[in-house]
Amino acid sequence: MLGLIGKKMGMTQVFDETGRLTPVSVIAVAPNTVVGLRTTDKDGYQAVVLGVKEMKAKHVSKPYAGQFPEGITPKKVIREMRDFSAPVEVGQALDVTLFEKTRYVDVVANSKGKGFQGVIKRWGFGGGRNTHGSKFHREPGGTGMSTYPHHTFKNRKLPGHMGNARVTVQNLKVIKIDVENGYMLVRGAIPGPRNCMVIVSAAVKKAK
Amino acid sequence: MNLIRKIEAAQVKEMTDIKVGDTVRVNFKIVEGKTERIQAYEGLVIAFKNAGISRTFTVRKTSYGVGVERVFPLYSPRIDSLEIVRFGKVRRAKLYYIRDKVGKKAKIKELLGGRKPAFRSLQAAAK
Repeated sequence: MLGLIGKKMGMTQVFDETGRLTPVSVIAVAPNTVVGLRTTDKDGYQAVVLGVKEMKAKHVSKPYAGQFPEGITPKKVIREMRDFSAPVEVGQALDVTLFEKTRYVDVVANSKGKGFQGVIKRWGFGGGRNTHGSKFHREPGGTGMSTYPHHTFKNRKLPGHMGNARVTVQNLKVIKIDVENGYMLVRGAIPGPRNCMVIVSAAVKKAK
Repeated sequence: MNLIRKIEAAQVKEMTDIKVGDTVRVNFKIVEGKTERIQAYEGLVIAFKNAGISRTFTVRKTSYGVGVERVFPLYSPRIDSLEIVRFGKVRRAKLYYIRDKVGKKAKIKELLGGRKPAFRSLQAAAK
């Protein structure tokens, strides 16, 4: 797997080679520092620890600073990438060049919070009719059935908190990689508000 | 947002300064299999929409008595060139009313003597 920590900048459109306008999401990728390595011998699994965003010295507690090796300044965002397929060393800076040969990526981010929502928005229920004497509008309806089973099963779709959860969007086509300005363009929408942290990784379900 | 502006600005190219009310000829590239040819579409510009890279304009013409409207992305690489056939004198930004008019009422007055180049294109020329 290949992965980097990026920042969602927003969406725009670009013309592709056939002259069609393509909707794209802009992901800015500041150089990711390799903060540490996890090895099978020591940790039981293989992973690369990446960090971005410098911190002010006064914001760094001693226990937090302790996890960074010597010579590497503490980073605000740290993420582990399992089974990294490119050879890396601690202290190395990774940028978008990593994805130069990748055609499709998966993007993970925290989605926008929607608050407490009803079943129509949250689960796509149809709702009832508004007129003709109907008294059933946006309610969830019956949940426990009749004599049998006579209780509501677990996982029944009901109103509740929506959004602000980890969302993965798979198989987004890479449209452009700009090493100089440190950004990449992927086709389509990605989760989260602007300026949120995203994890971009090579698509799991597409052959390289 | 600045990065997005930069990405959009990189794709904007200098176009012939067409305005609503002008009669224009759009030389549009058409790809047929492997060959590419240019097809001209001539008509009246009745509207501009959107901003930035997604800016489009609508060209209306009457073809065999049937009104035809076509929307072109202004900065599309498939637009080979734009020619102004006739400058129009109009007082509004959208000429949708023309859809309901026939004959002489569907005519736009000509702006005689042409138009001064816009400030934007003057700047480009100065460069």
